[in-house]
Amino acid sequence: MTDVARGEELTKRERLTIDRQEMPTRDPGERSGTFAEVNLGFTERLAMLEAQRCLACKRATCVEGCPVMVDIPTFVRQIEDGDFAAAAETLFRDNTLPAVTGRVCPQEHQCEAECVLGRKGAPVAIGHLERFIADWARGHVHEPPLTIEPTGRRIAVIGAGPGGLTAAGELARHGHDVTIYEALHTPGGVLTYGIPEFRLPNDIVQHEVGRLQALGVHIECNVVIGRTYTLDELRKGFDAVFVSVGAGLPVFLGIPGEGLKGVYSANEYLTRVNLMQAYAFPEADTPVLQGEHVVVIGGGNVAVDAVRTARRLGAQRASIVYRRSRPEMPARVEEIHHAEQEGVTFEFQVSPLAIEGNADRWVTGLRCIDTKLGEPDSSGRRAPIPIEGSERVIPCDTVVVAVGTRANPLLTSSSPDLALTNRGYLVADERGMTNLPGVFAGGDIVRGSATVILAMADGKRIAGTIDEYVRATSVEVTPR
Amino acid sequence: MTTESEHAAMTEDGDPSVAGTAGYEVISNAKLSADVHRLVIRAPRVAAVRQPGQFVIVRLGPGAERIPLTIADSDAEQGSIVVVIQAVGKSTSDLVRLAAGDRIDDVVGPLGRPSDLITSGTAVCVAGGVGAAVIYPIARRLAEIGTEVITVLGARTSESVLYAEEFASFAELVVCTDDGSAGRAGLVTDALREVLATRSVDVVYAAGPVPMMSAVAAVTKPLGIRTIVSLNPIMVDGTGMCGGCRVTVDGVMRFACVDGPEFEAHDVDFAELADRLGTYRESELTASTHVCRGSA
Ligand SMILES: Cc1cc2nc3c(=O)[nH]c(=O)nc-3n(C[C@H](O)[C@H](O)[C@H](O)COP(=O)(O)OP(=O)(O)OC[C@H]3O[C@@H](n4cnc5c(N)ncnc54)[C@H](O)[C@@H]3O)c2cc1C
Ligand SMILES: Cc1cc2nc3c(=O)[nH]c(=O)nc-3n(C[C@H](O)[C@H](O)[C@H](O)COP(=O)(O)OP(=O)(O)OC[C@H]3O[C@@H](n4cnc5c(N)ncnc54)[C@H](O)[C@@H]3O)c2cc1C
Ligand code: FES
Repeated sequence: MTDVARGEELTKRERLTIDRQEMPTRDPGERSGTFAEVNLGFTERLAMLEAQRCLACKRATCVEGCPVMVDIPTFVRQIEDGDFAAAAETLFRDNTLPAVTGRVCPQEHQCEAECVLGRKGAPVAIGHLERFIADWARGHVHEPPLTIEPTGRRIAVIGAGPGGLTAAGELARHGHDVTIYEALHTPGGVLTYGIPEFRLPNDIVQHEVGRLQALGVHIECNVVIGRTYTLDELRKGFDAVFVSVGAGLPVFLGIPGEGLKGVYSANEYLTRVNLMQAYAFPEADTPVLQGEHVVVIGGGNVAVDAVRTARRLGAQRASIVYRRSRPEMPARVEEIHHAEQEGVTFEFQVSPLAIEGNADRWVTGLRCIDTKLGEPDSSGRRAPIPIEGSERVIPCDTVVVAVGTRANPLLTSSSPDLALTNRGYLVADERGMTNLPGVFAGGDIVRGSATVILAMADGKRIAGTIDEYVRATSVEVTPR
Repeated sequence: MTTESEHAAMTEDGDPSVAGTAGYEVISNAKLSADVHRLVIRAPRVAAVRQPGQFVIVRLGPGAERIPLTIADSDAEQGSIVVVIQAVGKSTSDLVRLAAGDRIDDVVGPLGRPSDLITSGTAVCVAGGVGAAVIYPIARRLAEIGTEVITVLGARTSESVLYAEEFASFAELVVCTDDGSAGRAGLVTDALREVLATRSVDVVYAAGPVPMMSAVAAVTKPLGIRTIVSLNPIMVDGTGMCGGCRVTVDGVMRFACVDGPEFEAHDVDFAELADRLGTYRESELTASTHVCRGSA
């Protein structure tokens, strides 16, 4: 590793000699006993060294790979120069939750995939740098209270996930009076109930929530739209409504045995542990089964989160059972890598047939069949084909089903006029507006299960169109 | 576009809990029997719209479980709801210990679908134990809309008969106790059989322990009498997000918190429900004997 002194401009050759800096991590052996975050974050020195690798390309392809087009070369250069405050300013201009996205974005498919260094070697660790700056800002930047001219327009946001939080922040900065309604007792959406502490500490999410409240956003938890209030009531009470309720309905496999004790949806398993703190049972009241042999079915981030959670809850053996092969796993590469370090085992090209149980109806195993990969299917991934005669039972006492989620009909079924796709998602036009005037939607409820950054991008973009809409349509301004 | 009063109805007059910090005040707590209490809780948003058959999920404070409780009654004017709680474990025991003026961090609702109520004819409402609190709002509304209601109320002893006076005020009432200390001795199903033998009944509603609901279904099925049961699986979120409350009805997986809690009894897999309720039996023993956190 070359350590280059600051002060003089580095040549391209010098920059190319610097290796990609490794993210310091908690020791794998120590991890199984704790839900504390695995990645420890770059030190200032590591961050500046990593920033020196950036070649400041004229055509910054990395920016094109970012769904919210963060000005990456500028903030990386500011890190190189040690001007972290300036870097933070650059970053926050395009991304309201960098401490979150720096931890959970699939950078290897986005910015880092487009980095020219990646063609021959390792791309600049843009995600790690983003996280570094966001964390630095949390400790150093104290936002002066904004003086915003109130517009008197009232906007309701349904759901306090990344989409809703981002939209609410933008709308508040435009001077609107924003109220978020959240069904659960804590805001954050999947960031709070789904993604585990060891990947995204809840403190970080709640810090961001606090920033919104400082901007004057009202957050009302324990309100289920479709039950407590209807969408129609919100339309009457507000000038516009942004629907960002996510896609939280768990999908089961429809195989025999899903009613046995010891079978969870990933949502339930993770909610018990993250939102309800079941890892601290009996200090916290919500229990979770602490299986010795846990099998998680699926290959996405959700599955990997569940299996790593199982290890931390004390599972001696925790396995991923995935019907395709490793390259097809949609989970973030870093998480798969961490899971391996933590002793998670992987069964690839295996398709579940049934969950088996004993006389007391506790899970005893997963009956499955091996598959081979056929031709690529409509999603471009190769479809698994069962291999005859390869049936076997993987012994286990807990099965977590992590094969995806769908649109939850709770809100939409109470608003029959709302146009839906045939799969139950909301239909929105290019402005993000549904077929109901003044009702906008974004995030997973429009896209299907996607990513944090895309939900945020929707929130930000649609906040802009909502702003235009309410300024154009609201006739009277009610003084506060 | 927005009127001041509409906005007021939406937020200012809502629950005093912004971001779940201020909590929901316990207005009163009355002991109904050895282990059953009736709590009146200030929750105006819920009180304003709740209907028979619906429930709330309550979380006492940091670290507490989210537990479902049927809304037994409400007063929209006062902005309050009534829940009747049987102390069976840690969370319910913590709740029945609350005094007037104490606060519950989170009350969310109304959850679940409202009851499917018949508007004429005769209904028998069968309740076992704390199921009386589940059946009460259903029976009362049925009577209000002109249905003839016969209530069969079962309990272990005279001391644990709940809501007898209230039921008697609008419905024919048959009380059964295990030991005969009140009403007749025997099971609710015996009393139900007699009612069904002498009266023409259109629908039976039942709520109580799973074996009781299952036994009621077994009585009415051969007679072809439509029967609706209120199921009580373990729940977490109550919004359809976790699937923990799944039950099998007519061979199909349903989520009780959003598709129910009421289902057609003759289609319900009661054995599975009873079994799944035992998932945490061992853990619950740990929770209720664990003392170091103290009561909330
Ligand atoms: C375990 C897990 C791990 C993941 N890991 C990653 C990752 O590493 N990287 C990544 O980019 N993405 C990841 N994702 C996906 C990502 O979290 C989602 O795409 C993103 O959270 C969607 O944001 P959203 O705002 O649309 O909805 P959500 O985050 O789902 O938030 C919706 C909110 O609306 C509330 N709500 C729902 N219905 C109602 C109603 N009727 N009334 C009031 N409130 C309601 C919900 O309670 C919830 O709080 C993961 C998802 C899961 C489940
Ligand atoms: C829709 C719905 C409405 C309900 N309404 C009421 C009500 O009005 N009044 C009331 O007292 N209870 C009601 N219940 C049951 C109540 O939620 C449980 O008794 C409570 O969750 C137990 O929590 P605990 O920590 O006190 O006991 P735990 O320690 O969790 O459990 C103690 C014992 O109760 C059993 N148990 C656990 N959960 C349930 C459950 N959901 N139903 C039945 N038994 C359970 C356990 O198997 C165990 O044997 C309702 C449940 C549902 C799903
Ligand atoms: S309680 Fe979670 S889906 Fe019903």
